[in-house]
Amino acid sequence: MSLTETDSPMSAQVPRPALAPGLLAPSNSHYRRPLRHTPFYEASQPWIQTDVFVGWAGYCVPDVYSSVEQEYFAIRNNCSIFDLTPMIKYRIAGPDAEAYLNRVVTCDLRKLKVNRVIYTVWCDDDGHVIDDGTVFRFGPQEFRLCTAERQLDWLLDSAIGYDVSIAEVTQEVAALAVQGPTSYSVLKALGLQGLETLTAMGMSHHRWEGYELMVSRTGFTGDLGYELWIAPEGAALLWNRLMIAGHVRGIRPIGYQALDMARIEAGFILPDVDFISCMHTVRIGRESSPWELNLDWTVAMEKGHFTGRRALLAEKQRGVRRKLVGLELEGKHPAHGSLVYSDKANEKQVGEITAALWSPTCKRNLAIAKIDAPHFDSKGDLWVDLYLNRELHWERRNVRAWIVERPFYLPARRRATPPVER
Amino acid sequence: MSGFDAIVIGAGHNGLACAFDLAKAGRKVLVLETAARAGGAAVTREFTAGFKVSACAHLLFAFPGQLMRDMQLERHGLRMAGRDLPTFALADGGAVRRIDTTQASGPGLSPGDAAAYAALRERLARYAQVVHSVLGMTPPQLTMDTWDDRIAMGKLALRLRMLGRQGMQELLRIAGMNAYDLLDDNLDDALLKGALAFDATLGADYGPRSPGTVLTWLTRLAGEQGAGGLQQPAGGMGALADAMVAALQSVGGELRLNQRVDRVLVEDDKVCGVRLASGETIAAKSVVSSADPRSSFMRLVGPQHLDTGFVRRVDHHRARGLVGKLHLALSGLPRFTGLDPSALAGRIVHSPSMDFLELAFNPSKYREVPENPALEITLPTLNDASLAPAGQHVMSVLVQFVPYDLGPERDAARQRLQQAVLATLERLAPGIGALVTASELLTPIDLEREFGLAGGHWHQGALDFDQFFINRPFPRAQQYRTPLDGFFLCGAGSHPGGGLMGHAGRNAAAQVLAGA
Repeated sequence: MSLTETDSPMSAQVPRPALAPGLLAPSNSHYRRPLRHTPFYEASQPWIQTDVFVGWAGYCVPDVYSSVEQEYFAIRNNCSIFDLTPMIKYRIAGPDAEAYLNRVVTCDLRKLKVNRVIYTVWCDDDGHVIDDGTVFRFGPQEFRLCTAERQLDWLLDSAIGYDVSIAEVTQEVAALAVQGPTSYSVLKALGLQGLETLTAMGMSHHRWEGYELMVSRTGFTGDLGYELWIAPEGAALLWNRLMIAGHVRGIRPIGYQALDMARIEAGFILPDVDFISCMHTVRIGRESSPWELNLDWTVAMEKGHFTGRRALLAEKQRGVRRKLVGLELEGKHPAHGSLVYSDKANEKQVGEITAALWSPTCKRNLAIAKIDAPHFDSKGDLWVDLYLNRELHWERRNVRAWIVERPFYLPARRRATPPVER
Repeated sequence: MSGFDAIVIGAGHNGLACAFDLAKAGRKVLVLETAARAGGAAVTREFTAGFKVSACAHLLFAFPGQLMRDMQLERHGLRMAGRDLPTFALADGGAVRRIDTTQASGPGLSPGDAAAYAALRERLARYAQVVHSVLGMTPPQLTMDTWDDRIAMGKLALRLRMLGRQGMQELLRIAGMNAYDLLDDNLDDALLKGALAFDATLGADYGPRSPGTVLTWLTRLAGEQGAGGLQQPAGGMGALADAMVAALQSVGGELRLNQRVDRVLVEDDKVCGVRLASGETIAAKSVVSSADPRSSFMRLVGPQHLDTGFVRRVDHHRARGLVGKLHLALSGLPRFTGLDPSALAGRIVHSPSMDFLELAFNPSKYREVPENPALEITLPTLNDASLAPAGQHVMSVLVQFVPYDLGPERDAARQRLQQAVLATLERLAPGIGALVTASELLTPIDLEREFGLAGGHWHQGALDFDQFFINRPFPRAQQYRTPLDGFFLCGAGSHPGGGLMGHAGRNAAAQVLAGA
């Protein structure tokens, strides 16, 4: 998208000195509009009611389209679409692609079949998590790595000694998440065939309106859902056709906020919210290992060497100092940013809450919290202090909390194959 | 699993010293050497029919007396043809300074400069003593997790304290400085300063005005402290290697030549042996590599057994050699203007001023050879007639500064360099050109090919602050141990560097023994 000088609201209001020729060329316009729009921007315009945007990895995407509540219930009751184009995507290909990527990530990619997807994390030498994401296997020697943050330098340095090519393809692929109980029927109405056999974490390739359309049964909502991947040129058509196909099935675009509610119910964690990438921490000890994030299931220690493995082994032998767990709390006030105590008197702090939500679907007061050893194994009560703003009057509450299983919400339809038509 | 307790890769002096200590401690040790002869950079070979030369290192200046005694090298046949060889700084026209460790002399050297030189050397000797005390030490980790680390750090702190307040301040002041400014602060005599600056930069990849050259000088001076002056082994450097091999064999160590190691074998995240280029595998509990850090990790171990951050460090490791070597076969003894013929048995340094030296360095930054190179000239046949036919001589010249990468016109650059060295020699020793019957020029890339020195660097890696002591070669490999269980480094790339000291090999052996 190229912006010219006249697009800039600043130039209209403030007298500006003459700039050197070339400085206002379209290639430099990102100084004035630093965030990009995604290829869905134009098509999504009619659906944007509130003009509340949020910056995401260099893009500007709607935080809310209409109302958070309506959007949230579209995820759980009907069908939601979410523009996830800004998610960073790398194409990794070459004779050593599998060996290369297997040394980067903690999971065992040798077991990942073609057209399958796996969730994983990856660590630095100290076994501290750099990021989490998903690996899509397109072929024996071709993968896509989706990440929250750009990290080409780490990926390239990891490639020293490997015959592999790594390229960021974020701008070359437009992506939409289609999630909710009617999502399967919506995609069927869109004209996609064969999805009845697509199992969770699987990929299928379609020829759709002249475009290569890849559908993966993946998502960040914990519900039945798919992610659609298409060339940017096909983005607008895909959006518009989806809206038509989904019209009678309650389709609704959703922003970041509604997705955040769903992901907490689904028990998913977010970088910079539930943990900090070790590439960003400044204070010693603020990093997290996969053990600390309770992601043991993503770590394949038996697969052979990978970056961080020796440190992870040593940490396991030393003992894990804290863990990310699911909490349920008394009452219905979400405990955003609260501290967790082992005693009612709130004398001994044993953790802190990283994400909190009154779950409209579970009707439970949920939180994700990092809890120190040994309390992360506690079967008994923990205590959380809450501060409630009642018309500018602050009240302190001391509520009981207890550790519960994640995901908090796991409907059978998430994995049902074939999905039920609705 | 039958096999060896330890396999040492490379039969250079560090590899041999390491293997000796291991074998002496009762370990079953095998040394594998790619070349047809042992010695690595300590080797004598015929460069033209009838003329032999120490092909890489040509003088011992830092070989520890302790190692000499422990390996009983004299009993195993090592004899010095020359001891306490003097150094002469020589300029065009015959101006000359004799340089010894405590005093300098020569016609035209002012009494003030002579006194200032003595004072400077006395001061530097005290700092070099501190550096000397860490040469034989395994560098501590800054986290000081173990008692060994704490004791090592404590010893170093004590050494520093013993310098006194002024001494510590002065050491801190000069340690990161360049040799040019330090020498300018202390001395006036251009020729003397030029020759001293030559020593400060010899084998390093910097000119005298580059920061850190005081440190490289101090390291050289520190090495000198445990050694008996400049020495020339009878039969050339190869004789040193031969004696070390004999010493190794006398304690039961085994050496196999012409065995190129292809891979370090790893099982269950632990070293289990090596695979040779021939396909043969040999089992061992530990593998100790005297190869440079880059070859050791990237070629022998492979990145698949290492973490990304560690490989990044390997990749950033700097090793740019800047020393060339010229060997000449001479039909007679040349006459150097200003030098008594008896002086020719010593070491002649041609670096008439620090500016001259800096100008000789500058072109190397742009992959070019110097028009006026700085030289260290020796005539080893004067101490050891066995190296050449009767009445004829060998000249072995170190040439500063010769870049590793000579650009696209490599052969032309080599020719220019050889002509430049010969022209310089002709000015210093008129008529020498007519005596030359054969010659051989080795640039850093040749040193890399022939001696396996990465980047053609003498020390298998720059001896700069960021690759020095606790940072040598880089963090997580600085204690000879490596992230891969059972794999050790023992080459010059590790602390304290090369220069034929053997400390890296011996320190590594101590780590292997401590771990097993």
